[in-house]
Amino acid sequence: MTDDPILTVLVAMFAGAIRVSTPFLFVSLGECLTEKSGRINLGLEGTLVFGAMSAYAVSYLTGSPWTGVLAAGLCGAGFGALHGYICKLPKVNDIAIGIAMMLFGTGLAFFFGKGFIQPTAPRLEAIDFGFLVSNPQLKVALQINPLFFIGIAAAVVLWWAFRNTRFGLVVRMTGDSSATARAMGTSVDGVRFLATTIGGFSAGIGGAFLSLYYPGSWNEGLSSGQGLMAVALVIFSRWNPIACVGAALLFGAAGALGPALQSIGVSQGYHFFNAAPHILTLAIMIASTSPKRSLKGAPGELSITR
Amino acid sequence: MSAPTHRGAAFGVETIGMTKIFGALNALDDVSIKVRPGTLHALLGENGAGKSTLVKCMMGFYQPTRGELLVDGQEAVIRNPRDAMRLKLGMVYQHFTLVPSLTAAENLIVSRPDCPSVIDWKREIAALDAFMATMPFKVPLTTPVSGLSAGEKQKLEILKQLYLDRRFIILDEPTSVLTPDEADEMLGLLKAMTARDELTILMITHKFREVTAYADEVSVLRRGRYVGGGLVGDLSTADMARMMIGDTEIRERATRREQPSQPVALELVALHAADDEGLPAVTSVDLKVRAGEILGIAGVSGNGQSELIEVISGQRPLDDGRILVHGKPYEPVRTEMDRLKVFSLQEEPLRNSAVPRMSVAENMALRTFDKPPIASLRWWLSPAPMRARARELIDRYRVKTPSTETPIENLSGGNVQRAVLARELSGDVDVLVVANPCFGLDFASVAEIRTQIMEQRNRGAAVLLVSEDLDEILELADRVAVMSGGRITLNAPIAATDRAAIGHAMAGGH
Repeated sequence: MTDDPILTVLVAMFAGAIRVSTPFLFVSLGECLTEKSGRINLGLEGTLVFGAMSAYAVSYLTGSPWTGVLAAGLCGAGFGALHGYICKLPKVNDIAIGIAMMLFGTGLAFFFGKGFIQPTAPRLEAIDFGFLVSNPQLKVALQINPLFFIGIAAAVVLWWAFRNTRFGLVVRMTGDSSATARAMGTSVDGVRFLATTIGGFSAGIGGAFLSLYYPGSWNEGLSSGQGLMAVALVIFSRWNPIACVGAALLFGAAGALGPALQSIGVSQGYHFFNAAPHILTLAIMIASTSPKRSLKGAPGELSITR
Repeated sequence: MSAPTHRGAAFGVETIGMTKIFGALNALDDVSIKVRPGTLHALLGENGAGKSTLVKCMMGFYQPTRGELLVDGQEAVIRNPRDAMRLKLGMVYQHFTLVPSLTAAENLIVSRPDCPSVIDWKREIAALDAFMATMPFKVPLTTPVSGLSAGEKQKLEILKQLYLDRRFIILDEPTSVLTPDEADEMLGLLKAMTARDELTILMITHKFREVTAYADEVSVLRRGRYVGGGLVGDLSTADMARMMIGDTEIRERATRREQPSQPVALELVALHAADDEGLPAVTSVDLKVRAGEILGIAGVSGNGQSELIEVISGQRPLDDGRILVHGKPYEPVRTEMDRLKVFSLQEEPLRNSAVPRMSVAENMALRTFDKPPIASLRWWLSPAPMRARARELIDRYRVKTPSTETPIENLSGGNVQRAVLARELSGDVDVLVVANPCFGLDFASVAEIRTQIMEQRNRGAAVLLVSEDLDEILELADRVAVMSGGRITLNAPIAATDRAAIGHAMAGGH
């Protein structure tokens, strides 16, 4: 059974979908919330990298990986808050600030992270669901990090909150029509500040997963643009948190394609298959947009749709 | 939260010596108006007369420089919109303030100051249904607002004010997006509510028909001052118009010259086009415009007129069908526009037909900059002839601008429209496409622009005029077509139809 190469690849992609998708999921949920409030934060790539560095560093220094995760979240929230604050100032473009924050975040992470490339920090433990199956490969695949479940729970909560809570309705209102929000006495900048901050928190946790679980170490090439791809992923999932889960799994599976093929001996085009998520991003953007119509479901206040 | 009956809940509002000064501009000068409880009070005035400033002072968006506000006979200090809400003052804006992606129910709930942090939808929907049962008009609660018609949105805006228990409601041009029938229905119901003392309404409008048919009293503002008013029954339309316009000199209107029927100059054959969402917006539109004729297309905004104009002027791809000019196929590209003498006067000129940050001279040269005398060898542009030509056009079309080098966005709306008009009409025009040319302009500019359009018709141009202002169509057009839901629902000579038939066709009737 394990000799069937196609099955091996599929199992590897399934494992990859679970393992690689988590950072995509956290970043895209953060971005989803931010964009629903009417702002784009491209800086989440920087937040992700800084989150990875800070999680690793704190885990190493305290010996507790979960403290690292919390630290990453808080650093991410800090970056989000900074983005939110700067965008409040007059005549500031959120996309330009996002790019600046992306460079700032990665640069700062490299600066502070130099000393943590060598040491080994305690990593997050996975929960083993391997007892459910007999296939050895699946046993490995079913070692699932609790953050994966937290991410899915967060997506469901976010989806529910968008329709059933005051906070959710206010965020959607602010993102779709700031004039209305203002007419109702809601502080548009305040809501966006909060949404960007929470979004940053989520992206920071995504970074913690990178350095503390998979790949599970801190180095400067840790993120290969996951933070940016997550932005595309939000558009692909039409600003729906539940769809974000599916899209993250799809991107995760695509990311596992290269290593999976290599494991069955297909080494030709290894780098090409490794680029699958990037190609997927491009393909999805082309397939899901059209010069003739505007994006359906896009929050009306986003600077890309206005 | 809302009790089923509100008999006697209406209260009046009065402004005393309301003054608002913005820098050097006296936007509002000692305005005192009294809106009595349980009445529908119309506030008339031209653009820039101070109507919005006055109501914004009442609603707490602006702080008046001087003056007092009495609410229900008590002096009230309104520092911000929240204070106004607490005093049960509400306002329905000209542009909808509903969130398109939220459902009607979500819009209502989120607008509540005491909106619960976690919403129990079962209970709230039941409460909303109970509230709706007491209201004169209904709106579907669970459809996203983007899927509602303009009439339903306007009703929902008013329902929202009532839901929030606002008993003094300011309506800013409430019928501008409604068909005449919808407008009559809505104003009739509101009038009945005021008559039952449930509500007091202050309505900003410029439609005399609505004032005479529905308002109890009227106040007229001009240049920031109160210039007259009183019971509607005591005033004629002419009286009100005189108060609004004052002694502004209005250029005499060009008269329609009777001329024999001429050949068809512009023909649209089975045009199809999609809107920004990719949904069909224009569906098999067939129209013919003869030379020396104005074809007016009436309709409520958002029924495909903008898309039709955009197709003809090359801003939107044509999905199917053909455009013929003088019987020859026409593609809306620069060379063909030039060759077949097709010109257009678009709505919102700063967005559609001028480059806001380029100078008046450059904007005026957009049709001619690549031709002599401005261009030599087709690429070398000389600014001197460009400026000379701009100066000539500025004089001829009375554009008020500090200089030819001023960015066009710094001009007032009327002057931007005049500048574009000068550019489009200065050449030899065979086909003229016009969309809402007088939207938001003052009386003098309106009269002037309509005169220019009529002169082009008399000269022999074929004019396609799209307008949301039915009076404009009735004044200018030789033939009327009505667009509803992307289709032409009526096409008749002006003499063979009337306001009622057009209104019926606007609502989609055949």
